[in-house]
Amino acid sequence: MSATTLDAATPKASPAQITAAFYDLNEHDHPEGGSTMLGFWLYLMSDCLIFAMLFAAYGVLGGNYAAGPGPKDLFELPLVAVNTAMLLFSSITYGFAMLAMAKNRKGATQAWLLVTALFGMAFIGIELHEFAGLIHEGATPMRSGFLTAFFSLVGTHGLHVTFGLIWLFTLFVQIGAKGLIPANQRRLMCLSLFWHFLDVIWIGVFTFVYLMGML
Amino acid sequence: MESVVHNHWSPLLGRLWWDAVPTEPIVLVTFVVVAIGGAAVLGALTYFRLWGYLWKEWFTSVDHKKIGIMYMVLGLIMFARGFADAIMMRLQQAMAFGGNEGYLNAHHYDQIFTAHGVIMIFFAAMPFVTGLMNYVVPLQIGARDVSFPFLNNFSFWMTASGAALVMTSLFLGEFGQTGWLAYPPLSNLAYSPWVGVDYWIWSLQVAGVGTLLSGVNLIATIVKMRAPGMTMMRMPVFTWTALCTNILIVAAFPVLTAVLCMLSLDRYLGFNFFTNDFGGNAMMYVNLIWIWGHPEVYILILPLFGVFSEVTATFSGKRLFGYTSMVYATMVITILSYIVWLHHFFTMGSGASVNSFFGITTMVISIPTGAKLFNWLFTMYRGRIRFELPMMWTVAFMLTFTIGGMTGVLLAVPPADFVLHNSLFLIAHFHNVIIGGVVFGTFAGINYWWPKAFGYKLDPFWGKVSFWSWVVGFYLAFMPLYVLGLMGVTRRMRVFDDPSLQIWFVIAAIGAALIAVGIAAMFVQFGVSIMKRDQLRDETGDPWGGRTLEWSTSSPPPAYNFAVTPIVHDIDAWEDMKRCGVQRPTSGFRPIHMPKNTATGVVLAGLSAVLGFAMIWYIWWLAAAAFAGILGYAIAHTFNYKRDYHLPAQTVVETEDARTRQLAAAGA
Repeated sequence: MSATTLDAATPKASPAQITAAFYDLNEHDHPEGGSTMLGFWLYLMSDCLIFAMLFAAYGVLGGNYAAGPGPKDLFELPLVAVNTAMLLFSSITYGFAMLAMAKNRKGATQAWLLVTALFGMAFIGIELHEFAGLIHEGATPMRSGFLTAFFSLVGTHGLHVTFGLIWLFTLFVQIGAKGLIPANQRRLMCLSLFWHFLDVIWIGVFTFVYLMGML
Repeated sequence: MESVVHNHWSPLLGRLWWDAVPTEPIVLVTFVVVAIGGAAVLGALTYFRLWGYLWKEWFTSVDHKKIGIMYMVLGLIMFARGFADAIMMRLQQAMAFGGNEGYLNAHHYDQIFTAHGVIMIFFAAMPFVTGLMNYVVPLQIGARDVSFPFLNNFSFWMTASGAALVMTSLFLGEFGQTGWLAYPPLSNLAYSPWVGVDYWIWSLQVAGVGTLLSGVNLIATIVKMRAPGMTMMRMPVFTWTALCTNILIVAAFPVLTAVLCMLSLDRYLGFNFFTNDFGGNAMMYVNLIWIWGHPEVYILILPLFGVFSEVTATFSGKRLFGYTSMVYATMVITILSYIVWLHHFFTMGSGASVNSFFGITTMVISIPTGAKLFNWLFTMYRGRIRFELPMMWTVAFMLTFTIGGMTGVLLAVPPADFVLHNSLFLIAHFHNVIIGGVVFGTFAGINYWWPKAFGYKLDPFWGKVSFWSWVVGFYLAFMPLYVLGLMGVTRRMRVFDDPSLQIWFVIAAIGAALIAVGIAAMFVQFGVSIMKRDQLRDETGDPWGGRTLEWSTSSPPPAYNFAVTPIVHDIDAWEDMKRCGVQRPTSGFRPIHMPKNTATGVVLAGLSAVLGFAMIWYIWWLAAAAFAGILGYAIAHTFNYKRDYHLPAQTVVETEDARTRQLAAAGA
């Protein structure tokens, strides 16, 4: 194919011309981190599958109360609603952090990150409070298949948020030290994907576990 | 043998106590031999002062070529271990008739068949395919490295850490006795109380993280790093199969991670995922593990389909027949491999409709696979075939794999499966496809790309000894198992009553011995080739008349792979360049942007192995410390922003000038 193109365009191409057609002689460095967003998105999709498995397990075991308490005996929707609000607000404030980053405003970015962290910590605090209450009532994960699947699904989400908070504080320090350099902007983008992803997962948890459990 | 109770626990050492040291004479002798051998190797490395070299040039290297070679070395070592298990089983089954108990007690035998499966799949076959993809893919797409070089090094060391945990189980405690997929309730704490299943869980968990990350890495590499002009439909077929394989890895390994976590929660914290009581469901485990497990077998075979495609085209001196259909067949297999998992347990009682669905999807896979076989045949048709070693392995594959594929279609028929389920027929079938496909393909790949990696060909004589021992040995070892399976003999049996069966087991054992000769001949082949490397030397970088870009650079390639990035105009880019008489650039080199070596991968993976070990033995303080160490070290690593450097243009010029002189001397 190329042979014909070359021959047609330049019947007697010089060796130098042929070389130039087959080698990128004026190459520049690849932009650093050019694959990062794709790579991180792929990782998120794999993480999504872990949640898919936990949802599937909840689907299979969710009705196995083993003569123990069921969702209607345990869940307090108002508390979960507040909790959900915390996480959704944290996603909005993370969005504000990204807007500040786009305007290259370091201080505002850091401030919005802190607000996001506060909402995130509130979410984790309320979740731990809910778990403590359940365990106090004897509704431990060891009690039934339903509770095993419930604690594993919600707990895995909570662990992800906790990890996101550690990451967020690390990034807060790094922005303080280095400013909004391209590497840090890339990291903020990745954490942004991660944080919103956890929001999406939570909407699934809220719908399938809490709302449908109370129906 | 009476069952031993291990109930010692101390805060300092957890469950680790004197009773962890094996007392079985066979294991003890193995331990002594390995200890002496290991001490000799370590002593030699120290004596010849090689530690610094290994650490700087290999262990901390982020060069995809070196990481690829390390994967192959790991795979070969673990393959030898897995084969030792295999030959012990063959010997036991050939002996244990008519009241003879054989030489392995049940506790030991059960560990051996479990370890054999786990090691061969996770620590031999997976490193082989990952190693080949790691080495070849960046070269084939005209890239200088993978997208995330540090992550690549980390992935390798996670796989190696998993392998180290499995090896530790041989001499400290025990391995699982559950079969390679550790079905509950047998793998629950109630029935497997000691460390065997925990070794299984943690070695797979640690290695699985490495595999997943390497999958992410290679997808990003193939999508983002291709040379200019290399559209998707101009990618070499091996790169295509690597892409599909890594998509499968990213879509399947999280399932394994999740299901291992669930089993861990059951075992460590008393959760009820798979328990018999309190609303657990063991059948869910079987579904979940095979939702990972079936794609896994395609993860293993697809890259080798790519190897066979490259080899067939090269050694037939023709463009691959039906490139487009090959690509689509690969994609169809990728998708279908997700909707067949239930055929591993037709007998579990899902009902006729469900079984029919999965039976049909399974049979449908033979269509794209058959298309591939015809493509290879038509590539050979009227080609100028050179029967060098890679091509010999390819032809052996085509014959053997077809037989294995046909018995697979037979097993896909649910009523037939009710008769053959869990029998030696099944064992014969999957060894037929895994040895005929994955192992033969790996050997084709090693013989094909060895000259690229080291600059000299492998010795053909010992290669042929290995080839014929393997091929004949394979048929002797596994055809009898088809016969036995049809007669109703189930898998994983330690002793037999019916003396009329013994002859078949004796034939199988002779076959296994012949395979042992084949393996030994392969290692001799490596040794002889290294000694005769000056006679086998290839100066051109293109010893086979290759068609894809890896053959356009020197052998071994420089650290940066390509001094100047090639531009692709056709499917077989290098063949196209040769046809157009392209001269390689000999001046105008620029500095090249390169990643720096780092010890972070070794440290993090090492800490992960410690974490796994501590969890296995219930050494809680150590587990907490290792976890904190991983987190702390990983965070500290993110504070290092200087991870790359520019290789000065002068170094590139010197390397390329040497290459110019080498090519001139070779008369190319």
